[in-house]
Amino acid sequence: MQRKALKLAALGLAAALIGGPALADGKTKVGFVYVGPVGDHGWSYEHDQSRLAVEAEFGDKVETTYVEKVSEGPDAERVIQQLARSGHDLIFTTSFGFMNPTLKVAKQFPKVKFEHATGFKRAPNLATYSARFYEGRTVIGLIAGKMTKTNTVGYIASFPIPEVVRGINAAYLAAKSVNPDVKFKVIWVSTWFDPGKEADAAKALIDQGADVLMQHTDSPAAMQVAEERGIYAFGQASDMKRFGPNAQLTSIVDNWAPYYIARVKAVMDGTWESTDTWDGIKPGMVGIAPLSDKLPADVKALAQQAIDDIVAGTRHSFTGPINKQDGSPWLKAGETASDGDLASMNFYVEGVEGALPK
Amino acid sequence: MELIQAIIASIIVAATPLAFAAIGEVVAEKSGVLNLGVEGMMIVGALAGFATTFETGSPALGVLVAAAAGTTAALAFGFLTQILLANQVATGLALTLFCLGLTALAGHAYSGQATPPLQPIPIPLLSEIPVLGPALFAHDALVYLAVALALAAGWFLRSTRAGLILRAIGENPDAAHAIGYPVVLARLMALAFGGALAGIGGAYLFLVQTPHWVENMTSGRGWIALAIVVFAGWRPERALLGAYLFGGVSVIQLHMQAFGIDIDAQYLSMAPYLATIVVLALISHDKTRQRMNAPAALGRPFFQSS
Amino acid sequence: MIRLEPRPTASTAMIYIAPAAAILLSMAAGMGLFWALGEDPVRGIGMVFIEPLTDWFYISEISVKGTPLLLIAIGLSFGFRAGIWNIGAEGQFTVGALAGGATALALYDMEGLWVLPLMALASIAAGMAWAAIPAFLRTRLNTNEILVTLMLTYVATHILSILVHGPLKDPTGFNFPESRLFHDAATVPVLFEGARAHVGLLAAFLVVAVAWLTLRYHVFGFQMKVTGQAPRAARFAGFVQPRAVWACLLISGGLAGFAGMLEAAGPVGQLVPAIPVGYGFTAIIVAFLGRLQPLGILFASFVMALTYIGGEAAQIDMNLPNAITGVFQGMFLFLLLGIDVLTRYRVRRIPRRPAPSAALRGA
Repeated sequence: MQRKALKLAALGLAAALIGGPALADGKTKVGFVYVGPVGDHGWSYEHDQSRLAVEAEFGDKVETTYVEKVSEGPDAERVIQQLARSGHDLIFTTSFGFMNPTLKVAKQFPKVKFEHATGFKRAPNLATYSARFYEGRTVIGLIAGKMTKTNTVGYIASFPIPEVVRGINAAYLAAKSVNPDVKFKVIWVSTWFDPGKEADAAKALIDQGADVLMQHTDSPAAMQVAEERGIYAFGQASDMKRFGPNAQLTSIVDNWAPYYIARVKAVMDGTWESTDTWDGIKPGMVGIAPLSDKLPADVKALAQQAIDDIVAGTRHSFTGPINKQDGSPWLKAGETASDGDLASMNFYVEGVEGALPK
Repeated sequence: MELIQAIIASIIVAATPLAFAAIGEVVAEKSGVLNLGVEGMMIVGALAGFATTFETGSPALGVLVAAAAGTTAALAFGFLTQILLANQVATGLALTLFCLGLTALAGHAYSGQATPPLQPIPIPLLSEIPVLGPALFAHDALVYLAVALALAAGWFLRSTRAGLILRAIGENPDAAHAIGYPVVLARLMALAFGGALAGIGGAYLFLVQTPHWVENMTSGRGWIALAIVVFAGWRPERALLGAYLFGGVSVIQLHMQAFGIDIDAQYLSMAPYLATIVVLALISHDKTRQRMNAPAALGRPFFQSS
Repeated sequence: MIRLEPRPTASTAMIYIAPAAAILLSMAAGMGLFWALGEDPVRGIGMVFIEPLTDWFYISEISVKGTPLLLIAIGLSFGFRAGIWNIGAEGQFTVGALAGGATALALYDMEGLWVLPLMALASIAAGMAWAAIPAFLRTRLNTNEILVTLMLTYVATHILSILVHGPLKDPTGFNFPESRLFHDAATVPVLFEGARAHVGLLAAFLVVAVAWLTLRYHVFGFQMKVTGQAPRAARFAGFVQPRAVWACLLISGGLAGFAGMLEAAGPVGQLVPAIPVGYGFTAIIVAFLGRLQPLGILFASFVMALTYIGGEAAQIDMNLPNAITGVFQGMFLFLLLGIDVLTRYRVRRIPRRPAPSAALRGA
């Protein structure tokens, strides 16, 4: 079905290349640029699932195209430009490294609407969107703190960008709040997607005593290692239960579908505006996969309570008093972190061990 | 102690694909052929083996098909360089590029799928030795096979008549031909052996390391294997040790991070490549050793003039 | 039976026929590949090889891709003629981009026409320095340059990543691993408004012309040519003159470094970890496909850039994996190397002799 839809899209594209932009059949054309393969079962996979949700929602009224495995170098600009030239009305570029190429193309095609995920540069026809994954990290941090018997949580991290650092801090603070003895061991693998390396890192963490794994990389490799070794792990980006039926406690699920559907609708209605969206658990952009049956009732209740509180707005992942790793104060008692602080976070909170790579 | 045991076991797992590829390449290079397509042969082995294991559920069959696929790629190289006398460096590069592209294309349907992993076979008695037992003798069959092949290839090159002929061909193909040895046939056989081992090395990646097919999953291991060959002075047993050393660096850098040792991961990832350059420089400086072990005709075309 | 016989001199006709035949055969094989993938073979080939030529946008993009390939391949061709195998141009490209980019960032907001030339000099020097390492090891310690240049490629990629994650990071970039965008004086000017084709293309043409003149009139070119035309004689000598090693590696390193700067300050406009995208390796194919001749390389880099753009178009329009580009590029070189046997040897039918060595030859 997917292929059929794509063939249709391809035909439309070919027609557009010959006949110039803007098809007269009234369909809204939506393009997606992915950094990874759609089969990564993580980041790009979930964006593609949400693309399919857009197709399901609007049926004949939309046409979607995607381009996968676009390198974040000089080729990105050409790919985005090709989509813009071929009559797409709305283009989602779904990785941070596409920020400047998207901005450049957006300036050249003022009539086309662009949406860039996780970036911070906007224009009248370029909106940005991202998810508050750290809210999900708070939930899994609580579970991890309760479930670890060795008091050691292993964390496979990709690059020391604010989003990843935020995740480590949020998870650590939550775990620490229910288990004062908990320790986090972090390995930076310097990649988003390299199953071999992620698996090696998972093994190293387990060998060093971690009995619960978290990851901020995109493949299910760590989940498979956890399953094999009989320990627990949390999925990343999508529900990874089929890779670790016993190991997965829950998963932070990226759910872009409601946002994508709303934005496509806005283009159709002519109400699209350049906005900066940063949604969390409440609007459903960050989902929590069903909690594992392996969790004791009290842990389940604790996790559920946290989810409910975050939705109700009574719990913020970063609520003072919190010191930075070097002991200097960051947030006063009762104070919550501003979005600006969160967006540029480049320090560990007090208690996290190791140095943040510079 | 348990940690050391686990680290040693991980190092052996990380090293085994390198060991297979390097041992195979030692034999190929001893015949005087420089095949830079190791990475390509590994990746076709990985995909062919993965597809077979995925469709049949049999890792053993997967290993066989991986070896066959690696051999096929090696013989394509052999046909071009030995029969059509094409430049070996360029052909090896072409082989790698072509295989990486082809497997990415053909393997698209398999991305995200998983296969059953290879089960370990603990060796009775030996695996019960404290610490060393579980670290060294509780592995899958391929780990033992790599060790056996290293020893066998070393013995073959040193002590058998066929090994002597192979080395003579690598030293001076014209003289070997004059005596009546089948230069081209022997080289093709050596290449085929190298290809089969590279293919198995590729298969090991999904059989043990991570049960996935991912395009470009060899991620440079074929090139490391080539460096190990030089590093090992063209001796199969040393190639095995070299592989363990390289595997060790990659595993230990992860453990150092988990210990919280404050070294940037990027510097650690760079270390094996720098180490290779240093070792290459050191061993090539020792001219006598170099001359004794490096096949004199390595990389040169052989044309049968009579 | 059939046997090969060396030609006294390489066949002139075959020098030109072989690459053309390789490209045509690759296209034929490519059609088989499209067919196997369940796609219309004619449409597929058209998409990769013809479609991009019908549109100025694509032609401009072909020049963007072709410029670095052309520069690097010209540099490599000198060494390849003399049997000096620099396969690490990718690394020299990376350090060139890094040095050029670092210069731009150090001179941030400095105006003046001297900024770009300074960046170019920095990148050429960095590329040369990177290539000087294998040159030194080869001439002093007899270390194999193939492996050293290759290993240095990995090292260069890591250094770029370390610096972009660290000192060269955009101070206002929320800690993301990217440098600032270069300011206007440090950006390579484009040739036409609205397209990405840049003046680097003209520089590359100039390099082709200089290379052509060198090969034709200069003694260095003559030496390389002799080596190229009589490779067996050169190899029998057993070694390459240290001066030739230095010259070849420095030329290829410098040009690759320059190409890296053009890429960073041209289409990219900043330093990002993903600047090296494989030009250094593809340029090796380009050099061979172009017969190590400047004009041949000009043509080959154009064909190779076409496969990149066409492969991408096929990905977008036909939803084919972009790995198809690698398949085509590998195939070009494979077929060329295979067909090439006919430029150096001729096929002879000879009557079967009952001598024992004849059986050997058949094997």
